[in-house]
Amino acid sequence: MSVSFQGYRRADGRVGVRNQVAILSAMDNTNPSAQRIAAMVAGTVVLSTPFGRTQIGHDFEMTRKTLAGLACHPNIAAVIVLSLSLESGADLARSARASGKPVACLGLQECGSALAMTMEGVKTAAGFVVAASEIAREACPFAELTVAVECGGSDTTSGLASNPTLGQFADRFIDAGGTIILSEPAEFMGAEHILAARTVQPEDAERIRRMVGWFEEEAARAGVDMRGTNPTPDNIAGGLSTLEEKSLGAIVKGGTRPIVEVIGYADAPSRRGLVIMDTPSAACESMTGLVGGGAQIVLFSTGRGNAIGAPVAPTVKVTGNPNTARAMAENIDLDVSGIIARGESIEAHADRLWTEVFKIAQGKLTRCEVLHEEQLSVSRFGPSV
Amino acid sequence: MTKALLVKQGDNVATSLDRLARGEQVSLAAGGTALEVRLAEDIAFGHKFAVRPIAAGEPILKYAETIGLATRAIAPGEWVHVHNVESVRARGDRAPGGAR
Repeated sequence: MSVSFQGYRRADGRVGVRNQVAILSAMDNTNPSAQRIAAMVAGTVVLSTPFGRTQIGHDFEMTRKTLAGLACHPNIAAVIVLSLSLESGADLARSARASGKPVACLGLQECGSALAMTMEGVKTAAGFVVAASEIAREACPFAELTVAVECGGSDTTSGLASNPTLGQFADRFIDAGGTIILSEPAEFMGAEHILAARTVQPEDAERIRRMVGWFEEEAARAGVDMRGTNPTPDNIAGGLSTLEEKSLGAIVKGGTRPIVEVIGYADAPSRRGLVIMDTPSAACESMTGLVGGGAQIVLFSTGRGNAIGAPVAPTVKVTGNPNTARAMAENIDLDVSGIIARGESIEAHADRLWTEVFKIAQGKLTRCEVLHEEQLSVSRFGPSV
Repeated sequence: MTKALLVKQGDNVATSLDRLARGEQVSLAAGGTALEVRLAEDIAFGHKFAVRPIAAGEPILKYAETIGLATRAIAPGEWVHVHNVESVRARGDRAPGGAR
């Protein structure tokens, strides 16, 4: 099945579903300028973290890799890198340029002041946005996309309706040649044997067990029962009794196909098919890693209700809970609660999801995009010094 | 509509798909199994109840997988949740030097 959609073919060969200009703040102290520029120029998106100074080692590398992944992302047409000095932003600017897109670099100290950098950034961004608007969509294979699956605010309907719908989409998308990324290994706990049995590369089964084991050791180190932290209080109110129950419902959203690769936070998949990424189970951090690794679209299943979306990649909110579908209607892109309320088939709702994702890939806006329900949150892997 | 769902044949809990009241009779089917359960208490939407007697320490089965262990005997129709099920994973509180 070779289906084409209208997307943006980038200089590095990758395909985008959006065409935004990124205002990338290389460190915390230039974030206000990035915010001002984005507020003044339509078609821009801020890439920033509340950190970025005196990070060291692995933690520094991960922040840098994630921001670079977002800057090079095919949903981004051009990048403006802001930094305290040109020198400190040069590394990220170099990475962004490698993707072949227009990149400008501004240093606060070189501009003279934060406001001077803001005005320079506004002028540059306006030019980039106008130029980006001339890039036309063209026919691209739908299955060239990488779609990430995520869940948040889970309850028992997640495992019975919305996650199975995402899972059927995942199977069909992989069968068509696409890539799906499943993440949050802490929420594999109690279900890791099912995933480990589906790995293609033998060492990946062990990697999955190790990722889950690491989380269990963290709980032991902290001396806590994870219940109350995960499952969260809202998960428990929604009927989920243990992390095992949550996990068994959560892994369903990745479908049933073989696992071709296990990758680290914000790494780009190198194989097509079902890929597992090691991320924390906090949704914003997880999605930032998934999009940093190149996912162009995120499918987000929610039970009790969770409105947040990923930065850069349109996030499709799906719920199988009839109460949430009513109460959160303005945040939900696809209501699959008919599976529970009317006994409708998961297949029929997976069809609807396919159509919805296709439309969103071609430019239909998601609720998260329209309502600015987006949060970039790069995980920390160590303290600043 | 279906009042509750038994995911897999052999599961010892079912999930309520409505606000169910004590005394209600619920019909369940999965695979070749058909069950009738009278609810011993109100069961909120999305919450679970036992479909057969579960002994203390016995695994709670949903999706034909273990989701935890019963901390006490649970009768058919009783609510099954954090008050009578415990996780057996990530129990740092039981680790040496843990909270308990």
